[in-house]
Amino acid sequence: MSMAPEHAPTMARLSLAQRLAPWMPVLLVPLLVLAGLLAIPNTSSWLTLTVSGLAMGMMIFLMASGLTLVFGLMDVINFGHGAFVSVGAFVGVSVLLLLGGMTGAPSLALNLAAMGLAVIGAMLATGAMGWAFEKVIVEPVYGHHLKQILVTMGGLIVVEQLIIVLWGPEEIYISRPEALKGAITFAGAALEKYRLVAVGLGLVVFAAMRWTLRRTKIGLIVRAGVENGEMVQALGYRLRLVFVGVFIAGSALAGLGGVMWGLYQEVVSAHMGNQAMILIFIVVIIGGLGSVEGCFIGALLVGLMQNYVAFLEPKVALISNIGLMVAILMWRPMGMIPVVKAK
Amino acid sequence: MSDPILRLEGVYTNIAQYHILQGVDLEVPRGAVTMLLGRNGVGKTTTLRSIIGHWRAHQGRILLDGQDITRMPTPAIARAGVGFVPEDMGIFANLTVEENMVLAAVSGPIDSARLDWVFQAFPPLKTFWKSEAGNLSGGQKQMLSIARAMVEERRLYLIDEPTKGLAPAIVSTMARALRELKAQGASILLVEQNFSVARALGDSACVMDDGRIIWSGEMRELVTDAALQERLMGLSMEAH
Repeated sequence: MSMAPEHAPTMARLSLAQRLAPWMPVLLVPLLVLAGLLAIPNTSSWLTLTVSGLAMGMMIFLMASGLTLVFGLMDVINFGHGAFVSVGAFVGVSVLLLLGGMTGAPSLALNLAAMGLAVIGAMLATGAMGWAFEKVIVEPVYGHHLKQILVTMGGLIVVEQLIIVLWGPEEIYISRPEALKGAITFAGAALEKYRLVAVGLGLVVFAAMRWTLRRTKIGLIVRAGVENGEMVQALGYRLRLVFVGVFIAGSALAGLGGVMWGLYQEVVSAHMGNQAMILIFIVVIIGGLGSVEGCFIGALLVGLMQNYVAFLEPKVALISNIGLMVAILMWRPMGMIPVVKAK
Repeated sequence: MSDPILRLEGVYTNIAQYHILQGVDLEVPRGAVTMLLGRNGVGKTTTLRSIIGHWRAHQGRILLDGQDITRMPTPAIARAGVGFVPEDMGIFANLTVEENMVLAAVSGPIDSARLDWVFQAFPPLKTFWKSEAGNLSGGQKQMLSIARAMVEERRLYLIDEPTKGLAPAIVSTMARALRELKAQGASILLVEQNFSVARALGDSACVMDDGRIIWSGEMRELVTDAALQERLMGLSMEAH
Protein backbone atom coordinates (compact mmCIF):
# COMPACT_ATOMS: atom_id res chain seq x y z
CA MET A 1 0.00 0.00 0.00
CA SER A 2 1.23 3.46 -0.82
CA MET A 3 2.50 5.89 1.77
CA ALA A 4 0.88 9.19 2.62
CA PRO A 5 1.83 12.02 0.29
CA GLU A 6 4.66 14.26 1.33
CA HIS A 7 2.61 17.42 1.48
CA ALA A 8 0.49 18.17 4.55
CA PRO A 9 -2.68 19.96 3.48
CA THR A 10 -4.18 22.48 5.86
CA MET A 11 -7.33 24.56 5.74
CA ALA A 12 -6.68 28.29 5.89
CA ARG A 13 -8.70 30.10 8.55
CA LEU A 14 -11.28 32.23 6.78
CA SER A 15 -11.97 35.82 7.73
CA LEU A 16 -15.40 36.81 9.05
CA ALA A 17 -16.27 38.40 5.70
CA GLN A 18 -15.31 35.20 3.85
CA ARG A 19 -17.39 33.10 6.24
CA LEU A 20 -20.38 35.38 5.87
CA ALA A 21 -20.16 35.63 2.05
CA PRO A 22 -22.12 32.43 1.27
CA TRP A 23 -24.89 33.56 3.66
CA MET A 24 -25.24 37.08 2.28
CA PRO A 25 -28.06 36.19 -0.14
CA VAL A 26 -29.97 34.55 2.73
CA LEU A 27 -29.45 37.63 4.89
CA LEU A 28 -30.96 39.83 2.18
CA VAL A 29 -34.49 38.63 3.00
CA PRO A 30 -34.45 39.65 6.69
CA LEU A 31 -32.61 42.84 5.72
CA LEU A 32 -35.37 43.73 3.26
CA VAL A 33 -38.04 42.91 5.85
CA LEU A 34 -36.21 45.15 8.33
CA ALA A 35 -35.94 47.93 5.74
CA GLY A 36 -39.69 47.58 5.18
CA LEU A 37 -40.29 47.92 8.92
CA LEU A 38 -38.24 51.11 9.02
CA ALA A 39 -39.92 52.57 5.91
CA ILE A 40 -43.51 51.70 6.88
CA PRO A 41 -44.43 53.43 10.11
CA ASN A 42 -47.59 51.42 10.77
CA THR A 43 -46.57 48.00 12.14
CA SER A 44 -49.84 46.26 11.28
CA SER A 45 -49.59 47.47 7.66
CA TRP A 46 -46.00 46.26 7.55
CA LEU A 47 -47.03 42.82 8.85
CA THR A 48 -49.86 42.53 6.33
CA LEU A 49 -47.55 43.57 3.49
CA THR A 50 -44.83 41.20 4.66
CA VAL A 51 -47.15 38.18 4.70
CA SER A 52 -48.56 39.25 1.36
CA GLY A 53 -45.04 39.61 -0.07
CA LEU A 54 -43.96 36.24 1.27
CA ALA A 55 -47.08 34.58 -0.17
CA MET A 56 -46.52 36.19 -3.54
CA GLY A 57 -42.86 35.15 -3.39
CA MET A 58 -43.76 31.54 -2.59
CA MET A 59 -46.12 31.36 -5.57
CA ILE A 60 -43.49 32.83 -7.86
CA PHE A 61 -41.04 30.28 -6.46
CA LEU A 62 -43.45 27.44 -7.28
CA MET A 63 -43.71 28.69 -10.85
CA ALA A 64 -39.98 29.45 -11.27
CA SER A 65 -38.29 26.52 -9.51
CA GLY A 66 -38.75 24.13 -12.42
CA LEU A 67 -37.48 26.67 -14.92
CA THR A 68 -34.23 27.27 -13.03
CA LEU A 69 -33.46 23.54 -13.05
CA VAL A 70 -34.31 23.28 -16.74
CA PHE A 71 -32.04 26.26 -17.41
CA GLY A 72 -29.21 24.92 -15.30
CA LEU A 73 -29.34 21.21 -16.06
CA MET A 74 -30.45 21.21 -19.66
CA ASP A 75 -29.08 24.59 -20.78
CA VAL A 76 -32.50 25.20 -22.31
CA ILE A 77 -34.05 28.67 -22.47
CA ASN A 78 -37.71 27.77 -22.22
CA PHE A 79 -39.87 30.77 -22.99
CA GLY A 80 -42.82 28.41 -23.08
CA HIS A 81 -42.70 27.75 -19.34
CA GLY A 82 -45.62 30.14 -18.85
CA ALA A 83 -47.83 27.75 -20.82
CA PHE A 84 -47.64 25.26 -17.95
CA VAL A 85 -48.69 27.98 -15.51
CA SER A 86 -51.77 28.79 -17.60
CA VAL A 87 -52.74 25.17 -18.25
CA GLY A 88 -52.24 24.31 -14.57
CA ALA A 89 -54.48 27.20 -13.57
CA PHE A 90 -57.23 26.23 -16.03
CA VAL A 91 -57.18 22.54 -15.11
CA GLY A 92 -57.10 23.36 -11.41
CA VAL A 93 -59.97 25.84 -11.68
CA SER A 94 -61.99 23.37 -13.75
CA VAL A 95 -61.55 20.71 -11.06
CA LEU A 96 -62.56 23.22 -8.37
CA LEU A 97 -65.65 24.22 -10.35
CA LEU A 98 -66.57 20.54 -10.68
CA LEU A 99 -66.15 20.14 -6.93
CA GLY A 100 -68.32 23.14 -6.13
CA GLY A 101 -70.02 21.25 -3.32
CA MET A 102 -66.73 20.68 -1.55
CA THR A 103 -65.34 24.18 -2.06
CA GLY A 104 -68.60 25.81 -0.99
CA ALA A 105 -68.90 23.82 2.24
CA PRO A 106 -67.75 25.63 5.39
CA SER A 107 -65.32 22.83 6.21
CA LEU A 108 -61.56 23.36 6.07
CA ALA A 109 -60.96 19.63 5.51
CA LEU A 110 -63.35 19.48 2.53
CA ASN A 111 -61.94 22.71 1.11
CA LEU A 112 -58.36 21.49 1.39
CA ALA A 113 -59.34 18.12 -0.11
CA ALA A 114 -60.86 19.94 -3.10
CA MET A 115 -57.73 22.06 -3.46
CA GLY A 116 -55.58 18.96 -3.18
CA LEU A 117 -57.52 17.28 -5.99
CA ALA A 118 -57.26 20.44 -8.11
CA VAL A 119 -53.51 20.59 -7.52
CA ILE A 120 -53.06 16.90 -8.34
CA GLY A 121 -55.11 17.27 -11.51
CA ALA A 122 -53.14 20.34 -12.57
CA MET A 123 -49.79 18.73 -11.85
CA LEU A 124 -50.70 15.53 -13.71
CA ALA A 125 -51.90 17.52 -16.72
CA THR A 126 -48.90 19.84 -16.84
CA GLY A 127 -46.47 17.01 -16.12
CA ALA A 128 -47.84 15.06 -19.10
CA MET A 129 -47.81 18.22 -21.18
CA GLY A 130 -44.19 18.83 -20.11
CA TRP A 131 -43.21 15.38 -21.33
CA ALA A 132 -44.80 16.04 -24.74
CA PHE A 133 -43.40 19.59 -24.91
CA GLU A 134 -39.87 18.34 -24.23
CA LYS A 135 -40.19 15.53 -26.76
CA VAL A 136 -41.76 17.52 -29.59
CA ILE A 137 -40.52 21.08 -29.12
CA VAL A 138 -37.36 21.14 -26.98
CA GLU A 139 -35.48 17.96 -27.93
CA PRO A 140 -34.83 18.95 -31.56
CA VAL A 141 -33.21 22.24 -30.50
CA TYR A 142 -30.84 21.18 -27.72
CA GLY A 143 -27.69 23.28 -27.89
CA HIS A 144 -29.25 26.02 -30.07
CA HIS A 145 -30.29 28.92 -27.86
CA LEU A 146 -31.78 31.14 -30.53
CA LYS A 147 -33.89 28.29 -31.90
CA GLN A 148 -34.94 27.42 -28.35
CA ILE A 149 -36.23 30.94 -27.76
CA LEU A 150 -38.13 31.00 -31.03
CA VAL A 151 -39.60 27.52 -30.86
CA THR A 152 -40.59 27.65 -27.18
CA MET A 153 -42.26 31.04 -27.69
CA GLY A 154 -44.11 29.45 -30.59
CA GLY A 155 -45.10 26.59 -28.31
CA LEU A 156 -46.43 29.08 -25.76
CA ILE A 157 -48.59 30.77 -28.40
CA VAL A 158 -49.96 27.42 -29.58
CA VAL A 159 -50.82 26.36 -26.02
CA GLU A 160 -52.50 29.70 -25.31
CA GLN A 161 -54.64 29.26 -28.39
CA LEU A 162 -55.50 25.69 -27.39
CA ILE A 163 -56.65 27.01 -24.01
CA ILE A 164 -58.91 29.48 -25.81
CA VAL A 165 -60.27 26.64 -27.97
CA LEU A 166 -60.96 24.42 -24.95
CA TRP A 167 -62.10 26.93 -22.32
CA GLY A 168 -63.18 29.89 -24.45
CA PRO A 169 -61.67 33.36 -24.86
CA GLU A 170 -63.15 34.86 -21.69
CA GLU A 171 -61.41 35.03 -18.35
CA ILE A 172 -62.80 32.64 -15.76
CA TYR A 173 -63.51 34.05 -12.34
CA ILE A 174 -63.15 31.74 -9.39
CA SER A 175 -63.73 32.33 -5.73
CA ARG A 176 -61.51 30.71 -3.15
CA PRO A 177 -62.77 27.78 -1.09
CA GLU A 178 -65.05 28.91 1.70
CA ALA A 179 -62.73 28.26 4.62
CA LEU A 180 -59.86 30.09 2.89
CA LYS A 181 -61.80 33.30 2.38
CA GLY A 182 -61.27 36.23 4.70
CA ALA A 183 -58.48 36.97 7.08
CA ILE A 184 -57.33 36.36 10.58
CA THR A 185 -56.22 39.20 12.80
CA PHE A 186 -52.81 39.05 14.38
CA ALA A 187 -51.15 41.93 16.23
CA GLY A 188 -53.66 44.28 14.68
CA ALA A 189 -52.85 43.13 11.17
CA ALA A 190 -55.26 41.37 8.81
CA LEU A 191 -53.57 38.27 7.40
CA GLU A 192 -55.43 36.61 4.55
CA LYS A 193 -55.91 32.91 5.20
CA TYR A 194 -55.17 31.98 1.61
CA ARG A 195 -51.84 33.77 1.72
CA LEU A 196 -50.86 31.88 4.86
CA VAL A 197 -51.70 28.61 3.07
CA ALA A 198 -49.58 29.74 0.11
CA VAL A 199 -46.65 30.50 2.43
CA GLY A 200 -46.99 27.08 4.07
CA LEU A 201 -47.22 25.27 0.74
CA GLY A 202 -44.21 27.15 -0.63
CA LEU A 203 -42.14 26.20 2.39
CA VAL A 204 -43.16 22.54 2.10
CA VAL A 205 -42.29 22.42 -1.62
CA PHE A 206 -38.96 24.18 -1.02
CA ALA A 207 -38.08 21.78 1.82
CA ALA A 208 -39.05 18.78 -0.34
CA MET A 209 -37.00 20.00 -3.30
CA ARG A 210 -34.01 20.77 -1.11
CA TRP A 211 -34.22 17.38 0.58
CA THR A 212 -34.47 15.63 -2.78
CA LEU A 213 -31.54 17.55 -4.21
CA ARG A 214 -29.33 17.23 -1.11
CA ARG A 215 -30.19 13.84 0.32
CA THR A 216 -31.00 11.54 -2.58
CA LYS A 217 -28.90 10.03 -5.33
CA ILE A 218 -31.18 11.43 -8.01
CA GLY A 219 -30.66 14.86 -6.45
CA LEU A 220 -26.91 14.36 -6.57
CA ILE A 221 -27.15 13.42 -10.24
CA VAL A 222 -29.21 16.53 -10.98
CA ARG A 223 -26.81 18.82 -9.11
CA ALA A 224 -23.80 17.23 -10.76
CA GLY A 225 -25.54 17.38 -14.14
CA VAL A 226 -26.08 21.12 -13.76
CA GLU A 227 -22.31 21.49 -13.36
CA ASN A 228 -20.91 18.97 -15.82
CA GLY A 229 -23.38 16.78 -17.68
CA GLU A 230 -20.71 15.11 -19.78
CA MET A 231 -18.91 13.79 -16.69
CA VAL A 232 -22.16 12.54 -15.17
CA GLN A 233 -22.64 10.43 -18.29
CA ALA A 234 -19.05 9.20 -18.12
CA LEU A 235 -19.83 7.90 -14.63
CA GLY A 236 -22.64 5.79 -16.10
CA TYR A 237 -25.80 7.82 -15.56
CA ARG A 238 -28.30 8.34 -18.38
CA LEU A 239 -28.61 12.09 -18.18
CA ARG A 240 -31.21 12.14 -20.92
CA LEU A 241 -33.68 10.37 -18.60
CA VAL A 242 -32.83 12.83 -15.84
CA PHE A 243 -33.41 15.69 -18.30
CA VAL A 244 -36.88 14.43 -19.10
CA GLY A 245 -37.68 13.79 -15.44
CA VAL A 246 -36.60 17.30 -14.46
CA PHE A 247 -38.60 18.82 -17.30
CA ILE A 248 -41.72 16.91 -16.24
CA ALA A 249 -41.22 17.84 -12.57
CA GLY A 250 -40.57 21.48 -13.49
CA SER A 251 -43.70 21.60 -15.63
CA ALA A 252 -45.79 20.01 -12.86
CA LEU A 253 -44.48 22.57 -10.35
CA ALA A 254 -45.39 25.36 -12.76
CA GLY A 255 -48.87 23.83 -12.93
CA LEU A 256 -49.06 23.86 -9.13
CA GLY A 257 -47.92 27.48 -9.14
CA GLY A 258 -50.57 28.24 -11.76
CA VAL A 259 -53.39 26.88 -9.57
CA MET A 260 -52.16 28.87 -6.56
CA TRP A 261 -51.62 32.02 -8.64
CA GLY A 262 -55.08 31.71 -10.22
CA LEU A 263 -56.76 31.38 -6.83
CA TYR A 264 -54.64 34.25 -5.50
CA GLN A 265 -55.86 36.54 -8.26
CA GLU A 266 -59.32 34.85 -8.34
CA VAL A 267 -59.30 34.94 -12.11
CA VAL A 268 -57.56 32.87 -14.78
CA SER A 269 -56.80 33.78 -18.37
CA ALA A 270 -54.95 32.12 -21.23
CA HIS A 271 -52.22 34.76 -21.03
CA MET A 272 -51.63 34.66 -17.27
CA GLY A 273 -48.58 32.41 -17.59
CA ASN A 274 -47.07 34.68 -20.21
CA GLN A 275 -47.64 37.68 -17.94
CA ALA A 276 -46.00 35.91 -15.00
CA MET A 277 -42.92 35.07 -17.08
CA ILE A 278 -41.32 38.47 -16.46
CA LEU A 279 -41.30 37.89 -12.70
CA ILE A 280 -40.26 34.25 -13.20
CA PHE A 281 -37.28 35.22 -15.36
CA ILE A 282 -36.21 37.92 -12.90
CA VAL A 283 -36.26 35.37 -10.08
CA VAL A 284 -34.35 32.74 -12.05
CA ILE A 285 -31.70 35.25 -13.14
CA ILE A 286 -31.10 36.91 -9.78
CA GLY A 287 -31.15 33.55 -7.99
CA GLY A 288 -28.45 32.09 -10.22
CA LEU A 289 -29.17 29.63 -13.01
CA GLY A 290 -29.80 26.13 -11.72
CA SER A 291 -29.99 27.12 -8.06
CA VAL A 292 -33.19 26.17 -6.21
CA GLU A 293 -32.00 28.00 -3.08
CA GLY A 294 -31.21 31.11 -5.13
CA CYS A 295 -34.60 30.88 -6.82
CA PHE A 296 -36.32 30.66 -3.44
CA ILE A 297 -34.50 33.68 -2.01
CA GLY A 298 -34.95 35.63 -5.25
CA ALA A 299 -38.70 34.93 -5.27
CA LEU A 300 -39.10 36.12 -1.69
CA LEU A 301 -37.13 39.29 -2.46
CA VAL A 302 -39.28 39.99 -5.53
CA GLY A 303 -42.53 39.36 -3.63
CA LEU A 304 -41.55 41.54 -0.67
CA MET A 305 -40.11 44.33 -2.84
CA GLN A 306 -43.25 44.45 -4.99
CA ASN A 307 -45.56 44.74 -1.97
CA TYR A 308 -43.50 47.24 0.01
CA VAL A 309 -42.88 49.53 -2.96
CA ALA A 310 -46.51 49.32 -4.16
CA PHE A 311 -47.56 50.55 -0.73
CA LEU A 312 -44.94 53.28 -0.40
CA GLU A 313 -44.73 54.55 -3.97
CA PRO A 314 -47.24 52.82 -6.29
CA LYS A 315 -45.83 54.41 -9.44
CA VAL A 316 -42.39 52.91 -8.78
CA ALA A 317 -43.75 49.40 -8.16
CA LEU A 318 -43.63 48.53 -11.86
CA ILE A 319 -39.89 49.04 -12.09
CA SER A 320 -38.92 48.03 -8.55
CA ASN A 321 -38.14 44.43 -9.49
CA ILE A 322 -36.14 45.46 -12.54
CA GLY A 323 -34.17 47.74 -10.20
CA LEU A 324 -33.70 44.82 -7.80
CA MET A 325 -32.40 42.66 -10.62
CA VAL A 326 -29.96 45.35 -11.78
CA ALA A 327 -28.66 45.86 -8.24
CA ILE A 328 -28.16 42.14 -7.62
CA LEU A 329 -26.47 41.55 -10.96
CA MET A 330 -24.10 44.45 -10.30
CA TRP A 331 -23.24 42.80 -6.98
CA ARG A 332 -23.14 39.22 -8.28
CA PRO A 333 -23.19 39.07 -12.09
CA MET A 334 -23.89 35.32 -12.10
CA GLY A 335 -26.80 35.66 -9.68
CA MET A 336 -26.88 35.26 -5.91
CA ILE A 337 -26.08 31.55 -5.70
CA PRO A 338 -24.61 30.63 -9.07
CA VAL A 339 -24.45 26.92 -9.79
CA VAL A 340 -23.57 26.97 -13.44
CA LYS A 341 -20.08 28.46 -13.52
CA ALA A 342 -18.36 26.55 -16.27
CA LYS A 343 -20.91 26.90 -19.08
CA MET B 1 -0.18 -12.23 -25.36
CA SER B 2 -3.73 -12.81 -24.03
CA ASP B 3 -6.75 -11.24 -25.71
CA PRO B 4 -6.55 -7.46 -25.37
CA ILE B 5 -9.22 -5.86 -23.22
CA LEU B 6 -9.60 -3.01 -25.68
CA ARG B 7 -9.02 -2.92 -29.40
CA LEU B 8 -9.41 0.01 -31.77
CA GLU B 9 -9.61 -0.87 -35.45
CA GLY B 10 -9.16 1.94 -37.99
CA VAL B 11 -10.91 4.58 -35.89
CA TYR B 12 -11.61 7.93 -37.53
CA THR B 13 -13.06 10.81 -35.49
CA ASN B 14 -13.96 14.22 -36.84
CA ILE B 15 -14.70 17.28 -34.73
CA ALA B 16 -16.59 19.73 -36.93
CA GLN B 17 -14.48 20.05 -40.08
CA TYR B 18 -11.31 18.79 -38.39
CA HIS B 19 -10.24 15.21 -39.01
CA ILE B 20 -8.57 14.46 -35.69
CA LEU B 21 -8.23 10.67 -35.69
CA GLN B 22 -7.28 9.20 -39.02
CA GLY B 23 -7.34 5.46 -38.65
CA VAL B 24 -6.20 4.64 -35.12
CA ASP B 25 -5.29 0.98 -34.54
CA LEU B 26 -4.60 0.26 -30.91
CA GLU B 27 -4.60 -2.64 -28.47
CA VAL B 28 -4.65 -2.41 -24.68
CA PRO B 29 -3.47 -5.65 -23.08
CA ARG B 30 -5.40 -7.00 -20.10
CA GLY B 31 -3.93 -6.25 -16.66
CA ALA B 32 -1.24 -3.92 -17.96
CA VAL B 33 -0.57 -0.21 -18.27
CA THR B 34 -0.46 1.05 -21.83
CA MET B 35 1.01 4.51 -22.30
CA LEU B 36 -0.39 6.68 -25.08
CA LEU B 37 2.37 9.08 -26.00
CA GLY B 38 2.93 11.84 -28.50
CA ARG B 39 3.24 15.57 -28.94
CA ASN B 40 0.42 17.95 -28.08
CA GLY B 41 -2.43 17.95 -30.55
CA VAL B 42 -1.80 14.58 -32.17
CA GLY B 43 -5.11 13.06 -31.00
CA LYS B 44 -4.41 11.38 -27.64
CA THR B 45 -7.30 13.02 -25.79
CA THR B 46 -9.57 12.51 -28.79
CA THR B 47 -8.73 8.82 -28.70
CA LEU B 48 -9.83 8.53 -25.07
CA ARG B 49 -12.95 10.62 -25.67
CA SER B 50 -13.84 8.47 -28.67
CA ILE B 51 -13.52 5.32 -26.57
CA ILE B 52 -15.79 6.66 -23.79
CA GLY B 53 -18.23 7.93 -26.42
CA HIS B 54 -18.03 11.67 -25.82
CA TRP B 55 -17.02 12.10 -29.43
CA ARG B 56 -18.36 9.56 -31.88
CA ALA B 57 -15.98 7.64 -34.08
CA HIS B 58 -17.54 7.93 -37.51
CA GLN B 59 -15.54 5.08 -38.96
CA GLY B 60 -13.82 2.01 -37.57
CA ARG B 61 -14.59 -0.16 -34.55
CA ILE B 62 -13.93 0.03 -30.82
CA LEU B 63 -14.11 -3.36 -29.09
CA LEU B 64 -14.21 -3.82 -25.31
CA ASP B 65 -13.54 -7.45 -24.48
CA GLY B 66 -14.72 -8.29 -27.97
CA GLN B 67 -17.99 -6.33 -27.62
CA ASP B 68 -18.46 -3.53 -30.14
CA ILE B 69 -18.98 -0.31 -28.16
CA THR B 70 -18.46 2.11 -31.07
CA ARG B 71 -22.08 3.24 -31.20
CA MET B 72 -22.96 2.69 -27.56
CA PRO B 73 -23.99 5.75 -25.52
CA THR B 74 -21.48 6.99 -22.96
CA PRO B 75 -23.42 5.80 -19.86
CA ALA B 76 -23.63 2.29 -21.30
CA ILE B 77 -19.88 2.26 -21.99
CA ALA B 78 -19.20 3.44 -18.44
CA ARG B 79 -21.51 0.76 -17.02
CA ALA B 80 -19.73 -1.83 -19.13
CA GLY B 81 -16.76 -1.17 -16.84
CA VAL B 82 -14.83 1.74 -18.32
CA GLY B 83 -13.62 4.36 -15.84
CA PHE B 84 -12.68 7.74 -17.28
CA VAL B 85 -10.48 10.43 -15.76
CA PRO B 86 -10.58 13.43 -18.13
CA GLU B 87 -7.78 15.92 -18.66
CA ASP B 88 -9.77 18.67 -16.91
CA MET B 89 -10.44 16.29 -14.01
CA GLY B 90 -14.22 16.69 -14.35
CA ILE B 91 -14.85 17.00 -10.64
CA PHE B 92 -18.12 18.49 -9.43
CA ALA B 93 -16.94 21.62 -7.66
CA ASN B 94 -20.24 22.38 -5.92
CA LEU B 95 -20.48 18.88 -4.46
CA THR B 96 -18.50 17.72 -1.46
CA VAL B 97 -15.71 15.17 -1.77
CA GLU B 98 -18.09 12.62 -0.24
CA GLU B 99 -20.84 13.43 -2.75
CA ASN B 100 -18.38 13.15 -5.65
CA MET B 101 -17.39 9.70 -4.44
CA VAL B 102 -20.96 8.56 -3.75
CA LEU B 103 -21.90 9.58 -7.27
CA ALA B 104 -18.97 7.62 -8.69
CA ALA B 105 -20.17 4.45 -6.95
CA VAL B 106 -22.71 3.67 -9.66
CA SER B 107 -23.64 0.16 -8.60
CA GLY B 108 -24.58 0.99 -4.99
CA PRO B 109 -23.15 2.15 -1.68
CA ILE B 110 -19.38 2.57 -1.52
CA ASP B 111 -17.57 -0.56 -0.36
CA SER B 112 -15.85 0.42 2.91
CA ALA B 113 -12.74 -1.69 2.32
CA ARG B 114 -12.35 -0.15 -1.12
CA LEU B 115 -12.79 3.31 0.37
CA ASP B 116 -10.10 2.62 2.97
CA TRP B 117 -7.79 1.63 0.15
CA VAL B 118 -8.57 4.90 -1.67
CA PHE B 119 -7.96 6.88 1.54
CA GLN B 120 -4.59 5.21 2.01
CA ALA B 121 -3.64 6.18 -1.52
CA PHE B 122 -4.98 9.74 -1.13
CA PRO B 123 -5.14 10.73 2.58
CA PRO B 124 -6.23 14.37 1.90
CA LEU B 125 -9.55 13.07 0.61
CA LYS B 126 -10.33 11.72 4.07
CA THR B 127 -9.31 15.03 5.64
CA PHE B 128 -11.55 17.02 3.31
CA TRP B 129 -14.35 14.42 3.04
CA LYS B 130 -17.09 16.93 3.89
CA SER B 131 -15.53 19.90 2.05
CA GLU B 132 -16.74 21.24 -1.27
CA ALA B 133 -14.54 19.84 -4.01
CA GLY B 134 -14.17 23.31 -5.51
CA ASN B 135 -12.20 24.38 -2.44
CA LEU B 136 -9.53 21.70 -2.89
CA SER B 137 -6.09 22.49 -4.28
CA GLY B 138 -5.23 21.45 -7.83
CA GLY B 139 -3.41 18.32 -6.64
CA GLN B 140 -6.24 17.32 -4.34
CA LYS B 141 -8.74 17.79 -7.16
CA GLN B 142 -6.67 15.45 -9.31
CA MET B 143 -6.57 12.93 -6.45
CA LEU B 144 -10.36 13.11 -6.24
CA SER B 145 -10.67 12.67 -9.97
CA ILE B 146 -8.63 9.46 -9.90
CA ALA B 147 -10.17 8.28 -6.64
CA ARG B 148 -13.59 8.53 -8.25
CA ALA B 149 -12.50 6.09 -10.93
CA MET B 150 -10.94 3.81 -8.29
CA VAL B 151 -13.95 3.68 -5.95
CA GLU B 152 -15.39 0.75 -7.89
CA GLU B 153 -13.51 -1.93 -9.76
CA ARG B 154 -13.49 -1.24 -13.51
CA ARG B 155 -12.45 -3.43 -16.39
CA LEU B 156 -10.53 -0.61 -18.00
CA TYR B 157 -9.32 2.80 -16.85
CA LEU B 158 -8.85 5.67 -19.30
CA ILE B 159 -6.73 8.33 -17.64
CA ASP B 160 -5.78 11.57 -19.37
CA GLU B 161 -2.66 13.36 -18.15
CA PRO B 162 -3.09 12.84 -14.39
CA THR B 163 0.15 14.64 -13.49
CA LYS B 164 -0.32 17.69 -15.69
CA GLY B 165 0.69 20.88 -13.91
CA LEU B 166 1.21 19.21 -10.54
CA ALA B 167 4.06 19.69 -8.06
CA PRO B 168 6.62 16.85 -7.89
CA ALA B 169 5.35 15.66 -4.48
CA ILE B 170 1.83 15.25 -5.85
CA VAL B 171 3.14 13.62 -9.03
CA SER B 172 4.82 10.93 -6.94
CA THR B 173 1.55 10.41 -5.02
CA MET B 174 -0.28 9.96 -8.31
CA ALA B 175 2.35 7.57 -9.60
CA ARG B 176 2.14 5.48 -6.43
CA ALA B 177 -1.65 5.33 -6.63
CA LEU B 178 -1.53 4.24 -10.26
CA ARG B 179 1.04 1.60 -9.35
CA GLU B 180 -1.39 0.36 -6.69
CA LEU B 181 -4.11 0.15 -9.27
CA LYS B 182 -1.80 -1.70 -11.62
CA ALA B 183 -0.78 -4.12 -8.86
CA GLN B 184 -4.46 -5.05 -8.47
CA GLY B 185 -4.44 -6.22 -12.06
CA ALA B 186 -6.23 -3.23 -13.58
CA SER B 187 -6.01 -2.52 -17.28
CA ILE B 188 -5.09 1.10 -17.88
CA LEU B 189 -4.75 3.27 -20.95
CA LEU B 190 -2.81 6.29 -19.75
CA VAL B 191 -2.03 9.50 -21.59
CA GLU B 192 1.02 11.03 -19.98
CA GLN B 193 3.46 13.77 -20.94
CA ASN B 194 5.73 13.22 -17.94
CA PHE B 195 8.18 10.65 -19.30
CA SER B 196 9.64 9.66 -15.97
CA VAL B 197 6.11 8.68 -14.88
CA ALA B 198 5.52 6.98 -18.21
CA ARG B 199 8.76 5.04 -17.91
CA ALA B 200 7.98 3.98 -14.33
CA LEU B 201 4.42 2.84 -14.96
CA GLY B 202 4.15 1.72 -18.54
CA ASP B 203 4.26 -1.89 -19.64
CA SER B 204 3.67 -1.05 -23.25
CA ALA B 205 3.45 2.15 -25.24
CA CYS B 206 1.78 3.52 -28.31
CA VAL B 207 3.08 6.67 -29.94
CA MET B 208 0.70 8.87 -31.91
CA ASP B 209 1.31 11.42 -34.62
CA ASP B 210 -1.13 13.15 -36.95
CA GLY B 211 -4.09 11.15 -35.66
CA ARG B 212 -2.51 7.73 -36.11
CA ILE B 213 -0.51 5.26 -34.05
CA ILE B 214 2.95 5.37 -35.58
CA TRP B 215 4.64 2.95 -33.20
CA SER B 216 3.62 0.45 -30.57
CA GLY B 217 5.64 -1.95 -28.52
CA GLU B 218 7.15 -2.66 -25.12
CA MET B 219 7.86 0.38 -22.97
CA ARG B 220 11.36 -0.82 -22.13
CA GLU B 221 12.17 -0.97 -25.82
CA LEU B 222 11.27 2.71 -26.17
CA VAL B 223 13.06 3.68 -22.96
CA THR B 224 16.34 2.07 -23.95
CA ASP B 225 16.41 3.27 -27.52
CA ALA B 226 17.25 6.98 -27.61
CA ALA B 227 17.31 7.02 -31.40
CA LEU B 228 13.81 5.59 -31.52
CA GLN B 229 12.56 8.24 -29.08
CA GLU B 230 14.19 10.94 -31.15
CA ARG B 231 12.60 9.60 -34.32
CA LEU B 232 9.13 9.11 -32.83
CA MET B 233 8.74 12.12 -30.63
CA GLY B 234 11.58 14.44 -31.42
CA LEU B 235 13.02 14.20 -27.93
CA SER B 236 14.91 11.87 -25.73
CA MET B 237 13.63 10.33 -22.51
CA GLU B 238 17.17 10.57 -21.21
CA ALA B 239 16.46 14.26 -20.73
CA HIS B 240 13.76 13.35 -18.20
